[in-house]
Amino acid sequence: MSSIEFRKDLFANERDDNLNEVGKPTIRQDILGHVTGSSKYYDDHLFDGLLHMRCVRSPHHHARIRRIDTSAVERMEGVVRIVRPSDIPRNLNTLLSLINFGRDDEELLATKKVAYKGEPVLAIIATSERLARDAVSAVRVDWEVLPHVLDVEEALQPNAPVVNDEYPNNTFDYHERYDHQKLRFGDVETAFANADHIVEGEYQMSPIEQAPMETCGAIAAPETNDRIVCHTSTQALFFSLGTTAKLLDMPSSRLHFVGGTVGGGFGGKVDSLVEPMAVLGAILTGRPVKFMWDRAEEMQVGAPRGAERWRIKDGVMSDGRIVARSFTGFFDSGAYTRLSSYAIIKGTGHLPGPYSIPNVAANVYCVYTNRTPATAMRGFGITGVDFSIECQMDKVAEVVGMNPIDLRLLNAYRDGDMKAHRRVAKNTALIECCQVVAQKAGIAIRPDLAKASSLIGGGGDRAVIPETVTDQASRIGDRRRGAIPTEPLAGATSKGRIPAGTSGEPVVAAEPQREDMRIDPARVGHAVSTVPKSASTSGPVTTPSVVSASATTPGPSGAVRPAPVPTVSPASTTPARPSAFAAPIPPRPTTPGSPAPAAAVPADETPPPSPSTPGGSPHDPGKPFQQGVRRPGVSRFLSGTRRR
Amino acid sequence: MAIHKGRGFACINYPIGMNLGGDPSQALVHATPDGKFMVTLSAIDLGQGMKSVTRQIAAEAIGVPIADVYVDTADSDTGAHDMGSFASRGTHRVGNAVIRASIEARNQMLEAAAEELEVDPADLDTDGKGNIHVKGAPGRSITVAETAIAAQFKQGRTLSGRGIFLIPPSGADPETGEMTPVTCFAHAALVVDLQVDDETGEVTVNEINSAYEVGRALNPKMVEQQLIGGAWMGVSHALYETTEPYYPARDHGPVDFNAYLMPGPGEIVPHNIAVLERPAEDAPYGGKGPGEMCANPVLPAIANAVYDAVGVRCDTLPITPEKVLRGIRANGGVRRRGAL
Amino acid sequence: MTKTPVRFVLNGTDTGVFVDGGANLLDVLRRSVGDLSPKYGCGQGTCGACTVLVDGLPHLSCLVLAEAIDGRRIETTGGLRQGAQLHPLQRHFMDGFAAQCGYCTPGMLMSAKALLDRVPNPSRDEVIEAISGNLCRCTGYEPIVDAILSAAAELRGRVA
Repeated sequence: MSSIEFRKDLFANERDDNLNEVGKPTIRQDILGHVTGSSKYYDDHLFDGLLHMRCVRSPHHHARIRRIDTSAVERMEGVVRIVRPSDIPRNLNTLLSLINFGRDDEELLATKKVAYKGEPVLAIIATSERLARDAVSAVRVDWEVLPHVLDVEEALQPNAPVVNDEYPNNTFDYHERYDHQKLRFGDVETAFANADHIVEGEYQMSPIEQAPMETCGAIAAPETNDRIVCHTSTQALFFSLGTTAKLLDMPSSRLHFVGGTVGGGFGGKVDSLVEPMAVLGAILTGRPVKFMWDRAEEMQVGAPRGAERWRIKDGVMSDGRIVARSFTGFFDSGAYTRLSSYAIIKGTGHLPGPYSIPNVAANVYCVYTNRTPATAMRGFGITGVDFSIECQMDKVAEVVGMNPIDLRLLNAYRDGDMKAHRRVAKNTALIECCQVVAQKAGIAIRPDLAKASSLIGGGGDRAVIPETVTDQASRIGDRRRGAIPTEPLAGATSKGRIPAGTSGEPVVAAEPQREDMRIDPARVGHAVSTVPKSASTSGPVTTPSVVSASATTPGPSGAVRPAPVPTVSPASTTPARPSAFAAPIPPRPTTPGSPAPAAAVPADETPPPSPSTPGGSPHDPGKPFQQGVRRPGVSRFLSGTRRR
Repeated sequence: MAIHKGRGFACINYPIGMNLGGDPSQALVHATPDGKFMVTLSAIDLGQGMKSVTRQIAAEAIGVPIADVYVDTADSDTGAHDMGSFASRGTHRVGNAVIRASIEARNQMLEAAAEELEVDPADLDTDGKGNIHVKGAPGRSITVAETAIAAQFKQGRTLSGRGIFLIPPSGADPETGEMTPVTCFAHAALVVDLQVDDETGEVTVNEINSAYEVGRALNPKMVEQQLIGGAWMGVSHALYETTEPYYPARDHGPVDFNAYLMPGPGEIVPHNIAVLERPAEDAPYGGKGPGEMCANPVLPAIANAVYDAVGVRCDTLPITPEKVLRGIRANGGVRRRGAL
Repeated sequence: MTKTPVRFVLNGTDTGVFVDGGANLLDVLRRSVGDLSPKYGCGQGTCGACTVLVDGLPHLSCLVLAEAIDGRRIETTGGLRQGAQLHPLQRHFMDGFAAQCGYCTPGMLMSAKALLDRVPNPSRDEVIEAISGNLCRCTGYEPIVDAILSAAAELRGRVA
């Protein structure tokens, strides 16, 4: 029997526990529908004359489509429509084009070649699911089987088969510069040389199915006013709506998406593959069309949590302090990008785990292989690396002969510590979690560590960004010309140094649009910082004041505008920069009122992007969905339809 | 042929919200003529409790009883834009948008009440039970229902609100990886007790003790749902689940639940949870999303406990009986560590 | 395609439909009759989301030939409620937070009802056995088992 306790004694002075509704065990608003079987999931909407769509899928990991013979299908009873790639107005997309991240690289139905087993090439719409299945099995496809690659590190070899034509090096292009995402903080090589012990490990996360009890699907039907209604299992209603509008080249105003009651998702219902197909079916037939994955499709065609391979190298002192940690990570993206490239940036920002380690480096690769594309799952971008880090911590504890909990407490991050992504930690609670669970499990921890606190001991020296060694190894395409090491700094022909300094401005939430949307600080329910955020760029974070009705509302002067570009500190732009970075830094567009940021980009880079200019062309109500906002940042991620 | 007991530990933090921001959420609130409030969202409830937690947040922020608030999710015609239910962003982003929308509605409500009571709106407060009163003078009050009726039928006012919450988009530096990934983190630490059968290689988890720091338990029962169910999924990931059992080879991929294994009701692991609450400054009432992180520490804690029990490092998931037995054989037998 | 007339009693009401040869009970209940409470989860008889009672015993409706139910008594979660009154199982699932996404709940309730109709005083192991064919991805099963046991206790209290 399980149990739960609420440790209200901890951090009690940071909370007001006397709220009216928040904190109460109110029964779920949706529960009556659930227990009476009347909650309406997407498939619980009945339509007369409903048609069923199923896909013809590749039996090969990698193959060219020579010819598709549908002559047998055309004569079959109940077949209403064969849907071909040419029926899709803009048959190329990448999911994150909605936030302008990555290039369009995936067709809804493959035209020339397939890159994973299960990739759809054709769809059949029939009057029943059974007839649709029969018709699918009657389609004859003439395949030219191509060599395939399934292992991430084999895919990085110079002669590996090209999986994804848009990324012919089998890696996602980061920042139009590298074939991986770098993390550089301090000098790991020197720290390794001075460490008492080196501990290394390699970890492999498995592909995992989200396995919601309700499979992915959508029903689309013509609605009044020349619109299409789409009932969907999506986890992201406007993602699916926007993706549908883009692929079908139609104004979003013609789409009415309904969902919101979903039979589990866990990340598997973000990809927005079923909605465009169902809507297309409804447009082509003028009738309601259901496109629902069966369980086998859900398990092998539906995108899983991607496999990740991580190699970790730690430099450890005999007393248990970890002084350096480097990561080499490979995310198996499968045949297309979906969300893996983004997961990597999230995972990179997570390194080196919840610990204060003064020297950290990472190279993380988004690798294309001939398998089902990976996507989000509960713990997106983090689960695999946490598995790796925490198994590694256990090995370190054994090497230095420490209790594994003591080792974590010794290295745990605290309020005010500088993290490897160059932002100060705040609101930390790892130490308290370790202490509480040790107590619950009856495990004795070291007395000094039993007294440790997330609030005390951080900052100071631990808030400093060390001088950082950089390299420019492994640019896009380098690997095609010859094998080069994947580890951080290993393949560098020359190294640069960025001087020690402080962090750039953290990005904080946009202020409320109008003052009357701002909550009275007395009703927030927890401590609100009364110190202007821009004043705490280094050193210990100012501990938030206690909850109080007199806490001042941050005025306009204290409202920090987000820095438009994540940058290294102003200190890094001093003339002491090494020659590799000595060229003049072009000024970047800044938001009015924000501190002028400096950039750590190498000199030979193209100038930074200018903000997209609003306006330009007159309004067109029939204009299809294009893409999201231009993301201010260090690179221009191209998106939109690729010209072939 | 024996059973070997082992204990493993792991701790984690977890970033809340979509990495690098740029993921807005909107909420709309409006009142019925007699002062009941409807919240319309395009956010998705996929079981995590979006409807329920935003309902509590709206009731708290407006200052009315929960029975007077209902939430509708996910109709693109009525719900304003939201990026979606992923990346642990729901509670944080949507919750904040609901607060802002609710506050605008609340302020309109207080203005309407002030006109009826002939006082300054700044002098009014709600009691959370459906009444609005003059601060320090509970006797001078008006009900929310009377206020709404007066606002709509006498004063010509709406009691409605719009809210948006956005962490503005940013990027990651190509050279250093400098970035603002998210603005708040949840935490967890966990001890797993298990046993390994050295004849079958089978791992049985006997008990989990855990501490999860969730900012604020906005609804303690729903937090419990996530933590119990999430830890179950962690056990399942660690010991059973994969779509490709011989990764990177694609053979033997399961296509049904006979082959895709998960623990059933017969394998419930007793789980003793402690919930810690350190509110995050920019989170709605301090609450961080507990749903995604709860499985994460279970995977390494189980791997570490298997090593503790029999001396086999399973660095490749899932930890199948085959891998355990091969490891024991490679080591020339069981080597217990007993670290904890 | 030939259609076969099938008559059965659904949640106490006489019902008749014409079914296609080979049609399964799940599709017929959902599409032809309009009882949407049993859910499609796998169509393979492995998840239990489509569980209904046929003459009081739990069956996976996705594997039951619709023609085979002629003359039988079918119970679904759609008919579990007695008028405005919730069945104790439903109330204990509500109060015990025994559902998250709710998709497995109707099948789970039918398996539980089949057990409690036969065994008023089940052991924990009997409850586990009864729902072992019903998969849930959200809850970790424990609140479900607890809810069924507490509903059983309440039902016994009523009889006594």
